[in-house]
Order: sequence, then structure tokens, then C-alpha cells
Amino acid sequence: MGMNHDMIGHVYPRSKPYLVTSENISAFVEALGDSNPAYADGIVAPPTFSIVVTMNAMDTAFHDPALQLDYSRLVHSDQKFEYVRPIRVGDELTVSALVEEIKPLGTNEIATFKTDVFSGDELVVTGWSKIVVRGPEA
Amino acid sequence: MTLKISDVFIGQELPTLDLTFTRADLVAYANASGDQNPIHQDEAFAKSVGLPDVIAHGMLTMGRAIRVVTDWVGDPTAVISYSVRMTRPVVVPNTAKGSIVSFTGKVAQINDDGTVQVDLGAVFGDTKVLGLARATVRLAQ
Repeated sequence: MGMNHDMIGHVYPRSKPYLVTSENISAFVEALGDSNPAYADGIVAPPTFSIVVTMNAMDTAFHDPALQLDYSRLVHSDQKFEYVRPIRVGDELTVSALVEEIKPLGTNEIATFKTDVFSGDELVVTGWSKIVVRGPEA
Repeated sequence: MTLKISDVFIGQELPTLDLTFTRADLVAYANASGDQNPIHQDEAFAKSVGLPDVIAHGMLTMGRAIRVVTDWVGDPTAVISYSVRMTRPVVVPNTAKGSIVSFTGKVAQINDDGTVQVDLGAVFGDTKVLGLARATVRLAQ
């Protein structure tokens, strides 16, 4: 059984606001092991920090029964970000997630989720996450 | 020091970064990112789903790869787009030494609008762990 193609074009409700703190930024920078002085004061977040909120928003979609996605067979295969501006301390981020594409790829299925990340009404970054849902073993 | 567009040429190779991935790094990244999938921390679980061992978060590999660019440019907010394909996992054994991934970058294109495209590489042993990895940066004129 595959994913529900009727969900292509579906937009999930805006996620709950996530307040960016300098502690969140510093923990992320430290986990990356990134010593760039631009991050030292915990004000500007690294480019991939946005995954913290987009992954959360997609998790809601992944577990939506209407999507019929087998979470246990899911692999994150591609990630893209287009930045309007960097994420900064004090941003209150919300995410709008769109099911952009679902299509078969051999015995697997691939799906692309477009995630617009806002701070208030301002678009900050757009992400595209492609996932592969592995089909039954041959 | 700020990198300027006049400092850049097509084919230019960025300094390579060899970065170590340890189990402690994966725990730190799981906590910082919220991705607590046990395949990144629990060896028995990882093996039960057919993996050779615990593997790094693909997003940790992506997050580290961009350092090739941001270390070079200086200002990380110069990055205006960044994309990768996570082709193979970085396997992380439970040793102090961990696993070393070699990150490379090369200037692929200088655009008319003054932005620069860098193609990135990430190799673990002899395995490419990222494919189609590229970042676009806006540099000072």
C-alpha cells in the first residue's frame, strides 16, 4: 500500500511558535563543532538550524493517517534551503508545510515537503525535504 | 577578514576540512536538533534495522559540510541557498577515535548577480556520503 496521492498540494496548519534563544543556537553550534566567531555570541544561527523547526513540522505530516506514510520505512534523502535572511535570537518561528510531490521510484515512493519558515509574518527561509519510503523487500 | 568576489575564480579549491564524528557528537546533535531517532544512538537498535552500526544524522553531516564554505567566506550569513543529497550514511563506532569525514569545496560558478556557487564533497573512507551538494553565497563586491 502506498502513500495517498490525493494529499499532493495539501498544506498543514502553521506549527506552534518556536522561540529562538541563544541557548538553542549555542547548543546547535556546539553540536556541529563550529568555531566560527560569528556564532560566538549566540545571536545568529547556522544555516542548517532551520531543520529544528522544519523537521518538527514534517513529523506532524509524517504521522498524519491521511497521508498513509509508513514511518518505519522512511529515509531522508535530500535537503535544500533557500534563505531570505538568517535565523536570529528572538525569532518566533512558525512553519507552513506543503506536500509538494509524491511519486513512485521503482518499488519505493518519494515525497517532497516544502516548508516555509516564518518569523511573525516575515518569510525567513524555505526548505525542501525529499524523503524515500522504501517499498516491500523483493 | 571578509572574502570579496574579486578574490574568487572558477575552479578555485577551498581548504579541506577533516572532521571527526564520535558517539558523543551524535548525542549532542540529537539533543540540539530534537532528532532522537535511536539509529543515531543505540547500537543494538541500529543493527536490528539492518545498519552496520550507529549512523550519524544526515543533517549533522550537512551542517558540518557547509563549514567549508562559511570558514572560507568568514560570514555565515552570506549563504543564500544550500542543498545536499544524503547518499550514504556515516557509520560511527563506539571508539574515542570515531569516524573522520573529509569535506571539500570548489568554486563551480560565478553568477552575473555577484553570487558564487560552490560544489561540495564529503567522503568517509572511500564512500561519498553527500551528493549534489552545493551552496550559493553572496560576497562583498
